[in-house]
Parts: sequence; structure tokens; C-alpha cells
Amino acid sequence: MSDGAGTSTPESREAILEAVRRARPPASPLPELGLTLPEAGDLVAHFTASVEAVSGAARSLGNETVEAAVRSMHPKAGVMASPEKAWAFDDVADHDPAAIDVLVCRGAFGVAEDGAIWVPESRMGTRAAPYLAQHLVLVVDEIVPNLHAAYARIDIAAEGFGAFIAGPSKTADIEQALVIGAHGPRSLTVLVEGDVQ
Amino acid sequence: MTVGLFVPCYIDQLYPFVAVATLELLERFGCDVVYPRDQTCCGQPMANAGCVEDAAGAHRVFTEQFSRFDYIVGPSGSCVLHVREHMAGPASKDSLGAVRAAAREVAGKDVGARTYELCQFLVDVLEIDRLDVSFAHRVGLHAACHGLRGLRIARASEIQAEPYDHVADLLGMVDGLELVELARTDECCGFGGTFAVSEEAVSVRMGRDRLADHLRGGAEVITSTDMSCLMHLDGLILREKLPVRVLHVAEILAGHVDARRAAFAGRRASFAGGWS
Amino acid sequence: MSRAFVELPVVDHAANAARFNADAERTGWHDAALWHVRRKRDQAASAVPEWEALRELASQIKEHTLSRLDEYLVAFEERAAANGVHVHWAADAAEHNRIVHGILELRGVRRMVKSKSMLTEECGLNPYLEARGIEIVDTDLGERIVQLAGEAPSHIVMPAIHVKKEEIGALFHERMGTEAGSTDPQYLTEAARQDLRARFLEADAAVTGVNFAVAETGGFVVVTNEGNADLGAHLAPVHVACMGIEKLIPKAEHLGVFLRLLARSATGQPLSIYTSHFHRPAPGRELHVVLVDNGRSDQLDRADFRASLKCIRCGACMNTCPVYRRSGGHSYGSTIPGPIGSILTPGFDLEKYAALPFASTLCGSCSDVCPVKIDIHQQLFAWRQVAAREGAVSRSKRRMMRLVGRVFGRPAWYRGAGRLARGLLRSLPRRLLYSRGNVWGRSRELPEAPRHSFGDWFDEHRGNR
Repeated sequence: MSDGAGTSTPESREAILEAVRRARPPASPLPELGLTLPEAGDLVAHFTASVEAVSGAARSLGNETVEAAVRSMHPKAGVMASPEKAWAFDDVADHDPAAIDVLVCRGAFGVAEDGAIWVPESRMGTRAAPYLAQHLVLVVDEIVPNLHAAYARIDIAAEGFGAFIAGPSKTADIEQALVIGAHGPRSLTVLVEGDVQ
Repeated sequence: MTVGLFVPCYIDQLYPFVAVATLELLERFGCDVVYPRDQTCCGQPMANAGCVEDAAGAHRVFTEQFSRFDYIVGPSGSCVLHVREHMAGPASKDSLGAVRAAAREVAGKDVGARTYELCQFLVDVLEIDRLDVSFAHRVGLHAACHGLRGLRIARASEIQAEPYDHVADLLGMVDGLELVELARTDECCGFGGTFAVSEEAVSVRMGRDRLADHLRGGAEVITSTDMSCLMHLDGLILREKLPVRVLHVAEILAGHVDARRAAFAGRRASFAGGWS
Repeated sequence: MSRAFVELPVVDHAANAARFNADAERTGWHDAALWHVRRKRDQAASAVPEWEALRELASQIKEHTLSRLDEYLVAFEERAAANGVHVHWAADAAEHNRIVHGILELRGVRRMVKSKSMLTEECGLNPYLEARGIEIVDTDLGERIVQLAGEAPSHIVMPAIHVKKEEIGALFHERMGTEAGSTDPQYLTEAARQDLRARFLEADAAVTGVNFAVAETGGFVVVTNEGNADLGAHLAPVHVACMGIEKLIPKAEHLGVFLRLLARSATGQPLSIYTSHFHRPAPGRELHVVLVDNGRSDQLDRADFRASLKCIRCGACMNTCPVYRRSGGHSYGSTIPGPIGSILTPGFDLEKYAALPFASTLCGSCSDVCPVKIDIHQQLFAWRQVAAREGAVSRSKRRMMRLVGRVFGRPAWYRGAGRLARGLLRSLPRRLLYSRGNVWGRSRELPEAPRHSFGDWFDEHRGNR
């Protein structure tokens, strides 16, 4: 039997808030961010370089279809699924997410400075899918310069969950040796669609 | 201009030639140098040991000896930093903010703001641009931490800004002097005051690592704005009989390094009017 | 495998560090590994032209937040609750553990997974839950390694930085059945992947930390490179996120500032692989946030030390600290080691941790790398004053400082003492000078003492002015 009911007492809340009120320093102002965004430049090239720098693969689709590109990159893949009905992959809802080999999702946009892609929950299929898939493919048709631009574009509370994904999962916990494919996907491919601004 | 010469206690007692070189340099560049005879110590050892109240006597003496000067110059980054940041006024209690505020009150003038490390003074105030000395050796510049990150006499490697280095610039005015390249340009030597004794194992390891870096770079001489760092490194050099020597920056910039040192070794120091 | 720190009444960093240094080669290896990460940080920072401006912004945002922390806490709670998140308040570590346990017990949790959370380390959550029959598996690979080894993490970002791959190979062979003698990081990581994947899929609950909580939206952000926080949170029916109250930031737009600083400072990456934003539980699931004080409001009350609460747990100060690199995280005997640990931890128990602010040369490198501009080395100096005043510095050291202080307060005594010291240095036989009591003399020669001080020289050659 636990010695608590799983919730805190109202006394703790009041005690903490009161302690904080008493202890807090005199008001200091909240600064304006006032950051100027970098010169746009060739955002796609910058983004591509950033994705490759984090051990992802990036390519512009040109005339190729998403399906063709994915199949060429993962010729031996088992289950290939996507929440996107527009593409000719299995429906992600038809599979145990743990059994998906390649998951293909549409990202909202890419971030040139760090190679990240914003993927809100609605584009994931299920929250766990992009993490359980052995390989992840993200398709974007818009690139923004950096995270400030990114946060200006999105309402992080619009959906219950969303993530910036910046590469395949990795770890360096064994003597700082970089290993790609830790717990999450072993690879990340980014397909850049169309005439990107 | 009149300058009050601040000679850190351990330089006064153990490395007097560094103070002589400092004096010579300042006079060479036209300063009227006054040496307040009753100065003792800036108080840093007590303060860094956690006993800033025990530094009150030293602080009082320093203030009494130096408050009349518009410029106070000393050949030590760490001592000057202490004077600027931690020197306490009469009401040195409570929080650090109060300590610093009290220091600003002392004698109605801010002694700290008028105290300069030697290289800082030569570059920022005297703005010297030539030296007319030569020292044809490979020299490793040890960027002593308090001058570097405290007084900002050079850009620390952590900071993203245009690089600058007042000490290297001064050494660059010395004919024939070649600065060696180091793997770690501003890693601490490990002296740290009482740290050198209380954390002896780490202190020694840090010193050995610095020396290995300088030796790999081919240094014949290691120099610094701080004799305390050099004292620690020299201790290791002498014990391990390493093929390198230490010299304070003031000695190199003033020239006549060996003649000045020789005068203090053994016989009575003799400098009547010039070094041979 | 290095020993975990032993729970002693007083942490003797110097003795721990001396033991660490006894293995000179291993010390060099540890030092080089962490210096490499510091250099990666430099490279990453140099790619951001406005780096120093970002640090200043981040510092000001945190300072502002701390000055109105109660208001932001209330705002965060309101919005989180409106989003269907259960918000709990824990005054201290014991209450935190009771709350988390209560949540798990109510839902019959027997197996759970945990991603990196220094706060849960601080509160001792793992042993608390294990004593109550709940299996808790740390899923960050570094954390998993030290968990299997029965050790505490030695670094807040790279928990197993002190462990060699041979040791990990032996550990995995013993505990996960990998091939004996294999040290290939790829192979060992794959083994951990398979083992932990099964645990993710079976877990009844997931505990994560929180990197940033956003008052404006009631959401919070968790960052990982491995994806382990997400795998835990999205697969288990219950997600409990534990956070110190200082993790709040006012607005979503501020995330851009902190995230551009965090990974670059921590590992030299532009961004962590997964930056996950949690606002609402998935349908049919539960999301809990536990807000923890545990001494933070006390620290907020300390004018000299409250800036330490700006910390975003990047670990850059550890990587840059020449002492940390050569003594290892365990030598600090505290959940959070290194420079930031040395200004946070004495606030919990000054007597036990009084040595930590002295485990430093005050070189200032930590303050220069801190992404939120905590004046770490100034606070180390300030804690030393507190330690001495509160009697946590040895009496003999205090007596000596008082004596030396008196000598330096009287010019004639100073001159006399100097003459005496020089005389002794010159005249004492070597075996007396370098007796066992001379700690300096163990590995270093003492300076040569000249016959005359500068003052003597000045009197002779320049007369009195």
C-alpha cells in the first residue's frame, strides 16, 4: 500500500508557491528576442548539408515520385507504411508499429540550420510509429532558415504532440564512438519535394 | 604620468627581478613610478581560501598605500583581478555584492578600477607599439586564467568573438621571439593558490599536462603574466629536470633577462644604472 | 570499472581525486575524451555568429522567469490542466517519490522505463520504487550501462563517460549475453537496442525528465538523441514527467533560443535528434507532470547563488573543467558533479559538500562556456566564504589564514616574515625542507629564495621616496 494517494496535497502547492514568492528576486525584464533571421540564401542546399551532417540522407525529388524514391533507397524493405493516403504504401493503421520496416511521413517543413523536420502528431500515424520504425523517411516541401523561424511558424500546442526530428537515432555512450541507430530508427532519409522556396 | 608600483608579496620576496623589470619597463615608457614602501599583499590568498574577512588588514594597507594614485600597476593578473573584484572596504560583510559595493566606497575613490595588470597597462593605457628588445628563443605563452578570463587581456578560447591577445602582441614586438603553438591555448596550469596543496594530485597532473604541451610545441621558455603559475610549473620543471625554463613576461619585455636575474642570485643585487 | 562514490558523512573531493589520479593513463584518457567534447562545443558555437548574443538572451530570459517564477508556475499548471495533464506538486524528494509511486501503484504498474532525469537521481527514485516491488529500467544507453554496473552516473549528459568499452563489453556479456570479449560499440549498442526494445513494448509506465516547460502553453519539451524518452512515453499507458520548478520558460518562442544553445553546448551537435513537445495525453492514456521544489526555493532565496537555477543541464561546464576532467564525476559525491554541482549541492548540505567549492582553481572557463551565463566561478568563490564562516573549513586552515592575515596587515611584520621565510628556504637542509609535511614538495621543487627582496633592492638603489 502506498503512503500517498498519487496526488500531491494542496498544502504542498501552497507551500511551494509561498516559498517561491518570498524568495524570488526583484523583477527583471523579459527581453525582446530581436534576432534578425539570416540571409535566406539557398535554403535547400543548406538544409541538405545539415541533414547529411547529422548522418541523414537527403535528396531532392525532382520528377521522381515519393514511392519510387523510397523503394530505391530501401530495396529490401519488408513492411513499408505511411499515414499519408496519397502515397501507395500500406496504411500505417493496418500494422503493428513495431513491425514497420520503413515509415514514410510528410513533415511540415525542414530547418536549414540543423537539418531538423517538424512533424506534428497528425502526420505520424501514431506517436510511437516514427520511433519504432526501423527506417524513417520524411518528405518536406518547405524549408525555414532556423529554429526562430520555425517557432514563429508553428503553434506547438495545436496538437497533443509534435517533434523536431534531426537525423537517425544515435548514441555515443560507448567511449564516444558514434553509433547510428540507437533505440529509434536506424536511418533517416529526407526527400525534398517540388520547387522549394 | 605617475604610477604606483604594486609588487605582489611573493614577487617581492621570491622573484624581485620581475618587479625590477616591471619598474624598468614603466620608466622606459615615461612613467614616473612611485613604489609605496609599506605595501604588503593584496589579500587574495586569504580571500580565495574562504577567509575574505582575514584579508581586511591587507586590503586596508593596500588602500592606504595606493589610494592617492591615478594608476596602479602590478605584474600579476590574479592579484590585480582580486583588487578589482574582491577587495573589501571597511564594511566587508554579507553578500559578495555588498563586498564589491563597499570596495567602491573606499576613500571615496574606486581603487580597483585604477589598478592594472602590466600588459593591460602597456597596451590599453600607454598604447606602446615598439620595444627595441630582442629575445631569440622559442617561447610558450601560458595564458594565465585570471588575467585572461578575469581581466580579459586576451580572448578566451570559449568566447565567440574576434580574437585578440595583448600579451602575444607585446611579445610580438620582441625581436627574434617565436611563439610556439599549443594544443590547448588556455587551459589552467593547476596552481590555484591553496589548491596547489589541498588538491595536490590534480594540481600536479594539470601542471604536467601544460608542460608536456609546451615541450611538444618546442618551447625553450615558458612565459606568463603570472609568476604564481610559473612558480608551480617551475617546481615541476626543476624536480623533473625538464629542458625548459620560465620567465615572467616583464622580464622578456624589459630585456637583459639573464643579467637581471644573475644580479639577484648569490651576491648583493647590483644595478647602478645599467645592465651589462 | 571505477567505483561508485561511497556515501560518507563528508565528501573528500581531494582524496577521491587523488585516487582517480593514481591511474595516470586512465586519467589522461578521461581528460582527453572530455576535452574532445569541449572542442566540439567550440566548433558548433563558432557556426552561430550571434552565439554570445544568444547566451545573453538566454540568461535574461531565465533571470526574468526566476523573478516571476510563482506566476509562471501557476500559469503553466492552469494550461496543462486544461490540456488534460495531471499536475502534481512535490515540496521535497520524499514527496516526489511518494507521488510518483502513488501514480504507479494506483495503476498496478510493475515494470516501467525511465529516460534521463537528473531530478529523479537527485530524489533517489529508483531505489525507492525498487524497494516497493517496481522494476525500473533506465533506457538512455549511458544510464543503462551504469544501472547494470550498479553505479551512479558520472556526468549529467554522458553518464558512462568514465567507463571503458572493455568494461562495457564484459558487463553486457554478463548481463545481456553478448559475446565474451566483444568491445565493438555497434555490436554492443545493437544488443542494448534489442533488449530495451522489448522492455519499451512491455512497460506499464514511463518516467521522463523535462528539459523545458512552457508556461504560455502548458506543454513541455524533452530532448534525446536515442529516442528513448519517446519510445517510453508513447508505448506505455502512463507517462510521468518529473521536473524541477526552475525548468520553466515563459513562451514557446524562447525554445528557439535555448535549443540553439543546448545541444551545441552539451555535445557539439546543432540540435538533439529528437526534440519532443508534449501537450496532451494520447487518447486513452495519462500524462502527469510532477513539479519539484526540493531546495530550489531555498536556493532562489540566496542572493549570491540564485543564478545557479538558470542551469539548463547541458554539462558544458564539466567538459571544460580541467579539474573535473582529471578527477571524474564520482569524486564530487553529488548527483550533479563538476562546477555547477559545486554551487548547487552545498545548498543542500553545506557540511557534507563544503569541499566542492574548493575543488577548483577558479579559472573561470565554466562561466565562459555556460549557455545561460551563470557566474559559476564567482559563486564558487562566494560559497568558500560561506563555508569558512559556517565552520565547514578546517580549524587549522582558518587559524593559518587569520595569522597570515594579521601579518599582511602590518608592514613591518610582513617584511620580517618575508626575511625569515627566505632565510629558512636558503638555510634549512633539504631533508627538513622536503619532509613529509611539505605537500608541495612531493612533486615540485620549492622556489629558490633570493637574499634580497624587491623592497631591499629598492631601498639600496632608489632610496625612500
